[in-house]
Amino acid sequence: MTAKGAERAARLTAIVLALGLPVAALIARWAGWGAGRDSVIEIHGALAEAGGWAPADLTATVGEPLRLRLTSDDVMHGFAVGQSDWPAVDVAPGEVTETTITFNRPGKYVFYCTRWCGVNHWRMRGTIEVAGPTTSPAIESPPLYVTLGLDLDAPHPADVIPERRPSADRGAEPGATIPVEFSTGEYFRAHSPAEVWRALRASPASRELADAEVWDVVAFVWRSNSTPESLVEGKRIYAANCAACHGETGAGNGVMAASLASQLTAEFGHGATKPADFTDPAKMLGASPALLQGKIIRGGMGTGMPYWGPILTESQTWAVLSYLWTFVMD
Amino acid sequence: MTRYDLTRLPLVEPLLRNRWPQFVTTSIALGGFVFAIIAGMVGTPVGSRNFGIVSVWIGWWALLMLIAVPFFGRGWCSICPLPAPGEWLQRGAVLGPSTGTGRRPGLGLRWPNRLRNIWLQNGAFAVIALLSVVVLTTPSVTAVVLAALLVLAVVMSLIFERRAFCRYLCPVGGFIGLYSQLAPIELRVKDPAVCACHTQKTCYTGNADGYGCPWQVFPGGLVKNTFCGLCVECLRTCPHDNIAINLRDFGADLSNPAGRRLDEAFKAFIMLGSAMAYSAVMLGPWGALKSAAYTVGSAAWVIYAAAFLVFIFVVLPGLFFTAVVVGRRLSQNLAENSTTKTRRPEGKRQAFIALSYALVPLGLAAWIAFSLSFVFANLSYLSAALSDPMGWGWNLFGTARVNWTPYLTQFVPILQTIVLVGGLIWAGATAQRIAEETSKMRSLPVIVFCLIVTLVLLGLLVG
Repeated sequence: MTAKGAERAARLTAIVLALGLPVAALIARWAGWGAGRDSVIEIHGALAEAGGWAPADLTATVGEPLRLRLTSDDVMHGFAVGQSDWPAVDVAPGEVTETTITFNRPGKYVFYCTRWCGVNHWRMRGTIEVAGPTTSPAIESPPLYVTLGLDLDAPHPADVIPERRPSADRGAEPGATIPVEFSTGEYFRAHSPAEVWRALRASPASRELADAEVWDVVAFVWRSNSTPESLVEGKRIYAANCAACHGETGAGNGVMAASLASQLTAEFGHGATKPADFTDPAKMLGASPALLQGKIIRGGMGTGMPYWGPILTESQTWAVLSYLWTFVMD
Repeated sequence: MTRYDLTRLPLVEPLLRNRWPQFVTTSIALGGFVFAIIAGMVGTPVGSRNFGIVSVWIGWWALLMLIAVPFFGRGWCSICPLPAPGEWLQRGAVLGPSTGTGRRPGLGLRWPNRLRNIWLQNGAFAVIALLSVVVLTTPSVTAVVLAALLVLAVVMSLIFERRAFCRYLCPVGGFIGLYSQLAPIELRVKDPAVCACHTQKTCYTGNADGYGCPWQVFPGGLVKNTFCGLCVECLRTCPHDNIAINLRDFGADLSNPAGRRLDEAFKAFIMLGSAMAYSAVMLGPWGALKSAAYTVGSAAWVIYAAAFLVFIFVVLPGLFFTAVVVGRRLSQNLAENSTTKTRRPEGKRQAFIALSYALVPLGLAAWIAFSLSFVFANLSYLSAALSDPMGWGWNLFGTARVNWTPYLTQFVPILQTIVLVGGLIWAGATAQRIAEETSKMRSLPVIVFCLIVTLVLLGLLVG
């Protein structure tokens, strides 16, 4: 080979070796190999302060599969769609997770992060606008707290608290017949444990019972309005979504509580609002299920408590509520 | 000191004379380099899953610090992709030597005399070191740094003659040169008399078989490895077959008092101090220190940067200088009380420069120990990054989902201890050998200095 020929061959070699790999990779990407296919949406997850989900607003059509490729740009996230049964998937940093969702009714869905990724974890949310034929307009009844006209932000301390921890087991055999109206779901949801205690205390049926025994009856009423399954479900949801701030034991001392306080101070300028302490009888026994349900649905409005309305189904909300009472009653 | 000329082996010389193997290897490295830049720019921002970060700061770094530098000195420089595009443009040929007579784009200026030292390299390394926590973990920043170095190398090649970038600016080349003095390999002339009689000096000016030394070194005057890039152009251009690639004892250059300089001495402090600082920042338990190093531009980072610079440029050299002065005083006192004559001690500055070369083996040991701590812990990222280099969900080799697995976790602390203690012994022996040039006693405080540094490193790295 002549010197000129060798030089030409070398130049070609240099171009192929130096640029071949990067160019091939970019072409593969552009051609949609592995990623970027038209029908697949690639979603990047990042801490909320770094942008959260991108894109955060998706569209879909009823009955048509929505194919998603999920990846995290920083830490471990999770992906789930609120008010739906699609199982949550983990979104690991730098890895791609594929999932496909098919919606069977139109509406606006919220997708959210299921991993405690940071202090603004709860802000990692996006929406999926699902279009499609509406067979019959869904009639959504307003939440109970609206129907009852409850002020969610008003203080609700219990005016009476038990001397000992109420026990549903003891309350199951009170030695007195409990009027049936106290056990109905409607009554239970609209009244706080303290209100129920006062009503029971005033009832002739429980005249023979000591104050502590009446509290045991209240605990029994609360247990009667839950099931073992709902308690298990409530515990699971609480651990996944609430314990970060409210703590595993419900004492308001979750791992995010401290950083949440400084975050609120920086963001809203007001002093830190501590996550609610579910082990405080004065607070818990003064709140009705409807009131707490409202707080969960609507959120804390500037307190750092996220709104869970678009995410938890009604039964899930009640399951969480059932579990919350176990922090003050056995 | 024994030496064995590798070019005497049957295949070695033809392999080195042929331009293709080196050219192809460099081109492959350039491909990897460009790919790392692209990956950093368009791939996943997750460092542990991005080819740019993983290949450069785990793969290449492991290769460089654990194999290339200790055993081959500037071997990496001979195939480094950074100067290649600029050099090709400068030469007007990628394989060469150029046969054409057309105009070449470079200005071919001489590098300014005042800058013919490695102070710029020292500064460049310090600047990158200050940003290193971000550079090492953020693919886009790594890409920008790599691309900037590539552009800088090209620009330097177009303005200045030969490899001015490698010789005077490359932040990596600076420390490779320093530590290449320890390598058991060297390029030297077989017979200096042959070079003295050779009037054309084709090793420096070039001929039809190759280019004049890109590193601006006259092989006939080589006494240490620091500035020889092992490109073997001189082996190609020497008409008298007078170039040898010798196997030799480790650290042979350190025994030679010729060519000791203050800029190199400070390079030793910068490297040793950086290894200590990195060990504290990246492997230590101090979250605030880590955060300060990461939040570039913040007040905390400014304090960190100032402390880092003061440590490597003032504190460490200052303490060492104190040790040198104490040693000098000790040896003077001994000389006054002794009946035997000792040589007249050199000045403090000369003593400081000379003895600082004892830190070369300790510094390399510190970097090897530091590198061991994260290379084996993170090596498993390499298989995932090779399979899915951009984090786009590819699985080219079926290893994209390989979980992170630290290797040799039980042995790494043992290896680190062996390396650091070995480095200390080597540094002590070097200090003694250097001190022997005047008085052996003056090495004692320097050895104590090395011992303290080693203990600090053992504490930081091994615990």
